[in-house]
Amino acid sequence: MEHVSRSFRGLKAVDDVSFTVEEGSIQGIIGPNGAGKTTLFNLVAGAIRPDAGTVHLDDRDITGLAPYRVSRAGMARTFQLMRPFGSVSVLENVAVAAMAAGTSRHDADRVAADVIERVGISRWRDVRSSSLPTAGLKRLELARALAGRPRVLLLDEVLAGLVPSERTPVMELLEALRREDGVTLVFVEHIMAAVMRLSDSVLVLDQGRVLMSGSPDEVTKDPRVIEAYLGEEPTDAAS
Amino acid sequence: MSAATQERPTEEAVLPRPAWGRHLIVLAVLTVLLIPLPLILPPATQAVAVRVLIFAIMAVGWNIMSGFGGMFSFGHAAYFGLGAYTSVWLLVNHGVSPWIGMLAGMVVAALFGVMVGFLALRYRLKGAYFALSTFAFAEMLRLLAINSDFVNRAVGYNVPLRREFSWVFMQFAPGAPEYFWVGLGLTVVAIAVSILFLGSKLGRFTIAVRDDEEAAAAVGVPVMRTKILTIALSAAITSVAGAFYTQYYFFIDPDGAFGPSVSIQAILPAVIGGVGTIWGPAIGALVLGPLNDITATLLRNPPPALDFLQGRAGLDVIAYALLLILIVLLLPQGVYGAIRERVRRR
Repeated sequence: MEHVSRSFRGLKAVDDVSFTVEEGSIQGIIGPNGAGKTTLFNLVAGAIRPDAGTVHLDDRDITGLAPYRVSRAGMARTFQLMRPFGSVSVLENVAVAAMAAGTSRHDADRVAADVIERVGISRWRDVRSSSLPTAGLKRLELARALAGRPRVLLLDEVLAGLVPSERTPVMELLEALRREDGVTLVFVEHIMAAVMRLSDSVLVLDQGRVLMSGSPDEVTKDPRVIEAYLGEEPTDAAS
Repeated sequence: MSAATQERPTEEAVLPRPAWGRHLIVLAVLTVLLIPLPLILPPATQAVAVRVLIFAIMAVGWNIMSGFGGMFSFGHAAYFGLGAYTSVWLLVNHGVSPWIGMLAGMVVAALFGVMVGFLALRYRLKGAYFALSTFAFAEMLRLLAINSDFVNRAVGYNVPLRREFSWVFMQFAPGAPEYFWVGLGLTVVAIAVSILFLGSKLGRFTIAVRDDEEAAAAVGVPVMRTKILTIALSAAITSVAGAFYTQYYFFIDPDGAFGPSVSIQAILPAVIGGVGTIWGPAIGALVLGPLNDITATLLRNPPPALDFLQGRAGLDVIAYALLLILIVLLLPQGVYGAIRERVRRR
């Protein structure tokens, strides 16, 4: 994306942000609360339109495209606050996503069952999704995003709310997605251990602007990053 | 993932696997059982049964948009009325069979639904504002009909009587069982369509959009198209009730077609039976249909204890209101929802 900006009532939530994610890489995005990370995702996924700037997927300009078109172009997302289709089962949540991505009605349940298995929530497949615990909902978000076999996956804090023992399998899954399926991952995360482990490159946002970008090592050693976190130690001992 | 394994979902949270086939079989069995009904019922009761069927069709239509789709319509009179007026206009002016008129009415109602849906959704009306806009469109049609020579203004239409009874013109002897059979056939098709709809891609998208519009869009569901198609289907079904109503009662006028009470009649059976359920609208119609007659009888010959009711108007409305309050208080998921809970818990 290039020179993307978006203001809300005069407040610049995202201010002239540019970055490129290499195909098949894992891009981490960090920043203090209110840095504009979720807004950035909403801009990329089409949920909101940028005031200025352009977003490209491969060579295609997807700026301002409706969210469902962005999704069909091969870019899926998860929501930080889990948003299941609450009245239906876990399986149906994922089956709908598969159908929306073009899977036939006939194959949708099978595809969904496979994805649910892979994400590790098979034991909840027939459960009303609104009654899942947070750990289940987080992975349901992931399963639903994967159902359409996206080429690019935008993950908004998929590890938050999981206990350390639950994070490892999710991280392994993300690595497998990149390794085996060639999925490009862009993820916003507060848990630095995960950012360090997964990212090829890290983008640091602060107050809507790119503070810096580089390898995980460079980023964590940069004094500006530590400053931005205001002494909030940017490492997480857990897991 | 050992930690998560310990969090077992509660028993009630497990949903039964969808069984569209089973619903269709139940529907077929019910149909067969109901076919001989008019041969047994006395004529007065049969008239009640036909009214139940008309209510059921209206409510099955309403339930698709507002129950499954979650878009509350307070203006289904628009579609009922368009079905009624399109078919009767074609019949009176061009001698077109009401069956064909019914199909034409479905198309007109569906197109109107597309327009209403497009405008309301284009301007992002939600909740009460959306409901009010549907009401406004129905009122607009009512005023248009009252003031338009094209449809006889406030006078409306009488269905021309024929010399001989005819399936083609949907006209039979007064109290003939054929009326019930036609109504039953239409109701059964309407319910079957709503079952098939729920199992279809469109229906499953509709539920997803109702549950979370943004999340649905994010996984690639075309939200606007899904909503508008759902409204169109809902409108088409309710319009069938309008066309049949007009043939059965031989008369339609702007208030009877487009008035607010018509919209309420489409809503109430679904609310009483169970909003967003397959069988709720039909069950609600079964509860509501006879109510008019019971209250009318009470007005004419009140039992001694209720003497004061003699000759008072508006009792049916009061009874509706009381029933609605009771249902909402005691059975928040409607009659069908309550029955389903009972059965599941056993």
